[in-house]
This record gives sequence, structure tokens and C-alpha cells, in this order.
Amino acid sequence: MAVTPPEQRIWWNEPIERVELIWIVIAFLWGLFMFVFMIAWHFIGQQNLSKEAYRVTPSSYEEKVEGFAKKYQVREEQGVPVVKPQAGSDVYLLARLWQWWPILELEKGVSYRIHLSSLDWQHGFSLQPININIQVHPGYEHIISLTPTQSGEFGIVCNEFCGIGHHTMTGKIYVAERTRAEAEQRPVEGR
Amino acid sequence: MTAEAVVGAVRANPEFRTCQYTGLKVDAAAQALIKANAVAAVIFLAVGGLMGLLVALTRWPAVHLLPAEWFYLVLTGHGANVLLFWIIFFEIAVLYFASAILLNSRLASPRLAWLGFVLMVAGAIATNVAVLQGDSSVMFTSYPPMQAKPHFYLGLVLFAVGALIGCGIFFATLVIAKEERTYEGSIPLVTFGALTAAIIAVFTIATGAIILIPTWLWSLGLIANIDPLMYKVIWWAMGHSSQQINVSAHVSIWYLIAALLVGAKPLSEKVSRTAFLMYILFLQLASAHHLLAEPGLDASWKIVNTSYMMYLAVMGSMIHGLTVPGAIEAAQRRNGYNRGVFEWLRKAPWGNPAFSGMFLSLIFSGFIGGISGVVLGTEQLNVLMHNTIYVPGHFHGTVVAGTTLAFMAATYLVLPLVFQREIIWPKLATIQPYLFGIGAAGISLFMMGAGTLGVARRHWDITFSDANLSFAYSAGAFLMMGLNGIFAIIAAIGGILFVLVVVGTVFFGERIKGGHKLTFPLNSGGGAVVSHYGSEATIKLPGTIILIAIFFVCFVLYYFINWKYLSELWLFH
Repeated sequence: MAVTPPEQRIWWNEPIERVELIWIVIAFLWGLFMFVFMIAWHFIGQQNLSKEAYRVTPSSYEEKVEGFAKKYQVREEQGVPVVKPQAGSDVYLLARLWQWWPILELEKGVSYRIHLSSLDWQHGFSLQPININIQVHPGYEHIISLTPTQSGEFGIVCNEFCGIGHHTMTGKIYVAERTRAEAEQRPVEGR
Repeated sequence: MTAEAVVGAVRANPEFRTCQYTGLKVDAAAQALIKANAVAAVIFLAVGGLMGLLVALTRWPAVHLLPAEWFYLVLTGHGANVLLFWIIFFEIAVLYFASAILLNSRLASPRLAWLGFVLMVAGAIATNVAVLQGDSSVMFTSYPPMQAKPHFYLGLVLFAVGALIGCGIFFATLVIAKEERTYEGSIPLVTFGALTAAIIAVFTIATGAIILIPTWLWSLGLIANIDPLMYKVIWWAMGHSSQQINVSAHVSIWYLIAALLVGAKPLSEKVSRTAFLMYILFLQLASAHHLLAEPGLDASWKIVNTSYMMYLAVMGSMIHGLTVPGAIEAAQRRNGYNRGVFEWLRKAPWGNPAFSGMFLSLIFSGFIGGISGVVLGTEQLNVLMHNTIYVPGHFHGTVVAGTTLAFMAATYLVLPLVFQREIIWPKLATIQPYLFGIGAAGISLFMMGAGTLGVARRHWDITFSDANLSFAYSAGAFLMMGLNGIFAIIAAIGGILFVLVVVGTVFFGERIKGGHKLTFPLNSGGGAVVSHYGSEATIKLPGTIILIAIFFVCFVLYYFINWKYLSELWLFH
């Protein structure tokens, strides 16, 4: 029994039963497949998180985001600037207690370099209802090349606990269909 | 150097009694320590479980019970009390049982073991006080730069030191048993599983000290800065590995209960032990599971670590998933339940809460906790669920429906065999594992459902009524959170019944004397071996093969469904 020492003193020489052996082989091969599939997705898939990140001080990041927002602001909503960056450019998003700042207006089918960092505590960038979830740290500037594939209005929720106002921390991204003239000018940027 | 030299003086004359049901020699000091640790465990389960119910009722949008400050406070306390204190106290009891009792040995240095116990109690109380004072609502994970009061961290450190002493007592007892030849040959499989748990525990606790001591100094103002990313890498080497202690411990308990109740013998000692060995070698790589959505980490590092080195530890669990039901089937066929494919399972002792709890734990931890864990831990798929309520959904499948249910099942053996009290209210005890198990499985599944729809974890208000920029989750997400609340109530009823039965039995249960017949009898074979592998009359283990095939199909389908979800996301690289 499992609560007594093995019956056979030399238990490591007992033969393995066939059903166990087959299951071990299946489990091993399935594990190997899942392992290889993660690697393969870096070549065949379109959703891989970038590792591009830089150390940054919160104050210098805040300056960059403010400069960016001032340059491309198109209007204001609930006191938050709505920023429409140039297609394909660097886009800065800031997480702080308790807002995602500023509101972004992007175009569908265009790739942007999205910069993410926090000014204070850790936050969780959760793009809804798409459901893309990325951790945001203070002191690290994370850069993700993001291509919206849907148009409309999307919410950013914070899904890392960040204190008493955590549940009020939201942001917004608008994605517009490209106008026809623009679409003809620029070829679709893949990946 | 003898074991005594390591842990202190030899006891003058250890007292033993012989168990009338198993024939095992029971050291009185070990018995007292097992009782103390089990009682402490149940107290923290009661406190933490109640906090869990309050959390679930607050997250049920139609009820929304607590105000925000209380919600975050109670959520912090819930994590610490059940995930850490309940489980580790019980695990220390399991370690003492699997060493001293199963090996017919005296326990090494009981006085030191009591010191460990006192440190654990003091630490658990200090952390609870910090949480209840209200300015340490930093969640169980306490990610910097968010800071708790110093005694929050200090309590955790003290608790860990106490638990480390418990592990040391376990190792020393193994050495004593070997020296004094209290058993023949190799240690039993259950003890081997407990040894696995203890080895992982040492790694876990050491890592905990490496990160929590500097964090404590930081909270005292002696260290200026804790890098948040560095903290996570090390903290999760404790946080996730401690779940691997649970896996090793609850798998050991599956084998234990199967042996005591149906006389099951491992199909192959070699295979089951190798599966445990895989845990020691690879499970602690899982820190990466919590870092898949972080900045700056390389994909190759993530892939190797998150897969436990090519899923070799997952393979270990899949092997136990075959060998535990397989051993039960083989034993039951020996016991005479040999008709058809599933008579062995139908005629299993389902009315015995130790068996029903154990088997439900096996099913839920495999189907819910196991499969969701692999999916959640896949490098790219993680982005779909990171920090959503899918994550608690997953670990309530492993830690509540798996570990906690298995520990509850084991308690139904500990009460008559160690406390020597007959279980009172046997009818309530019989339904308890079903209520708790179904409740726990429900909360896991519905949290996973809500997480798939994007709902954030650790979030007080998913209607965002106070937010500057409004946002609304889908109606389906609200439905899932409501169902989660309903199943949390079912689980809570199961939990309350458990505490009532345990407390009632400990204080008012009939004392068990010689010749007493147990309400929930052990396998008639007692200590003897009932089962040998297979059976002449039938194909060997058809029932288990069917169960395993169903499991594997679910696993593969669910895995690929999530890749399909991923492929529909916006593009990023």
C-alpha cells in the first residue's frame, strides 16, 4: 500500500505496466507539442508580447507623455485630452492613481508603438472588451507595437490592485475606420 | 553525526500507543503536535473562509455587500488566512503524520516542533492584526511600491521560520526512523510525497525570506527602494512554489486515502515516485507564470520557465492523474467490484466523506485547476487572462476544490485515528464534501468564465459607477459574477458544516476505545495489502482509461479554443 514501504524491496526494477507507459509517452509528447507551439507562435502568430523596455524615471516619463498629448490633442472629454497621433507613430499612455491618461484616437489597421509606464504604483492595462492584459510597472517603459483590427470605442480598465480608487481607474481608446484616401496612400502595415 | 546531534537531545522515553485500526505505532508527542496544527489550521480556515464569503458577496453585483475599504481589507486577509495559514498548518500536520506515524517512529525533538508551532501562530496573528488595523490592505501579494505596515511582513517571516522548523523536524524524523530501523526497505509512497512537499517547502520558504526580509526593512525605512519587477520574480518563486507544496501534499493525501479506504496500492512505485521527483526538479520554475505580461523579459526565458522545462512537471501531474484512479480501480476490482467498466467506481465508498472528498478533489484539481493552469501559463495565451478574475478562478480550482477539499477529506480520517473521537453528525459529514466541492468547482468555473469576458480581479465595482470615464462589461460577465456568488454560498455552507463537524467531534465526539466499530470504516484489510495490479477476469483498467481519455480530450480542446481566442485579438508584437 501507499502507506507502507514498497512490497518489493528493489522496487525500481519492477516493470512498468503498459497502460502507464502509453500514458507517460502521450503526456510527454503533448508537453513537447505545447512547448514547441509557444515557440512556433513567435513565427506564425500575430500576438506576441514585445520585450522592448527601458528604465525610465516617472517624472521624465510624465514629461514625455505631456509633450505628446499637447502636440496631438484634438479635443477634450471629461477633462481628459483626446489625442490623435500620426498613423504609425509613437504613442504614450500613462498610468497613475487613478486614471489612464490621455484618451487615444487610433486608426484601424495601422500599427502604433504604444509606450506604457506608471507614475506611482503598479497598474494593469486591460483593454476591453478585446481582453488584452498587460502589467504596467513604475520605472519601466514598455513598448508594444499594436495594430487595432476593429473600430469603435474601447475601454481601458485597471486590473492590478492600486489602492482605494482602483475601481475608478479607467481610460479610453477610440479606433476610427480609415478614410479611403488615406487607405490608398498607405499600404497596410502587417504584423 | 546522528539526528539527535542535529536537532537536540534524545527524549527520555517517548510514549507510544498502537492504533487498533491500522496497527501503526503512534508517538504521543507527534499525536499532540498533529492535533495542535490541525486545530490551528481549521481556525484559520474558518476565519479566512468567512472572509472569502464576504469577498464573493461583494463581487456579486446585485448584492455588493461591503464598502470598498472593507472589501480590499477582507480580500487581503482572505488570501493570507486560507492560502497560507490554513494550508501550511495542515501541511505541517501531514508532515508529522507521514514521518512519525507512518514510519512507526518517534518524532524528532517535539520541543523544537512546539517552538515552530508557536512562531507560526505568532506570525499568523501579527499579520492578521496588521490587516485588520486597516493600513495594510496590500493584497496577499503585497507588490511594491505599495507598502504595508512592518508587522504585516514580519508576521509572514515569523510564520515562515516556524514552518521551516516543522520541515526540519520532518527531515530529522526520517533520519531517526532510518537509524532506529522502525521500517523495512524504502519509505512508503505517501511519505515520499510528503518528502517532496517538504523539499519544495524549504526552497519556497528560503525564497520567501530572501524577498520578505528586505521588504520588511524597506517598510521600516532602512532600505530606500525595492524594484517592483525584481520583487515579483523572487516573491513568486515563493508564491507559486508554495502551491507546489500543496500539490505534492494533496496528491500524497489522495494516495493515503485510497490506501486506507479501499486498500489501493500504487500501480508502480517507480512511476509514482518519478512523478513526484518531476515536481522537485521542475515545479519551482513557475515564478514565470506571474511574469508573462511584464515588461522587459525575454520570450525564451518565459517559455522555458513557464512550461516547467517542457512541461515535465505537468507530465508528473498527468501521471498521478492516471495512477491514483488506476490504483483505486485495481483495488476495487480485487475487492470484488469487477462487473462492467465502472462498477468499481459506482460501488466505491461514496458515503464516506474521506473518499468522496478525495475523489472530487482528484477530478476538480485535474479538470479545472490543471487544465486552466496550463492554459493560463502558456506564454502568449496569458495576455487573454492576466490579472482577470480568470486567475483566481484557476487557483480556486487547484487550492480550494483540490487542496482544501483533499485536506478536509483527510480530516475525516484524522478525527477518529488521531483525535480518537467518533465523528458526530455523520449525515452532515457525508454531504459536506459534496456541498463544498460543488460550491468550489462552481466558483472556479464562473470566475474563469467572467475572466474570459474580461472582468478584472481584486476589483470592488465592475459597474465603474464612480469612474470618470465610464465603461461597462457585458451582461454575460454580470451573470457569471452572480453565479459565482451563488456557488460561493454553497461552498460556504459546506465550509461551515466542516467546521461544525470538526469542532463538534473534537469536543463532543464519543471517545474511541478498544473494539469500537467506526461509522466510516477503513478498508477491512487494515494494514494488509489488498490489491495487486490488474485482474485476471477483465481487461485491466478500462474505467481509468476512459476517464483519462475524457480528460485528455477536454485538455486538448480547451487548449486550442484559447489559441483561437488569441488569434482574434488585435495584433501586437
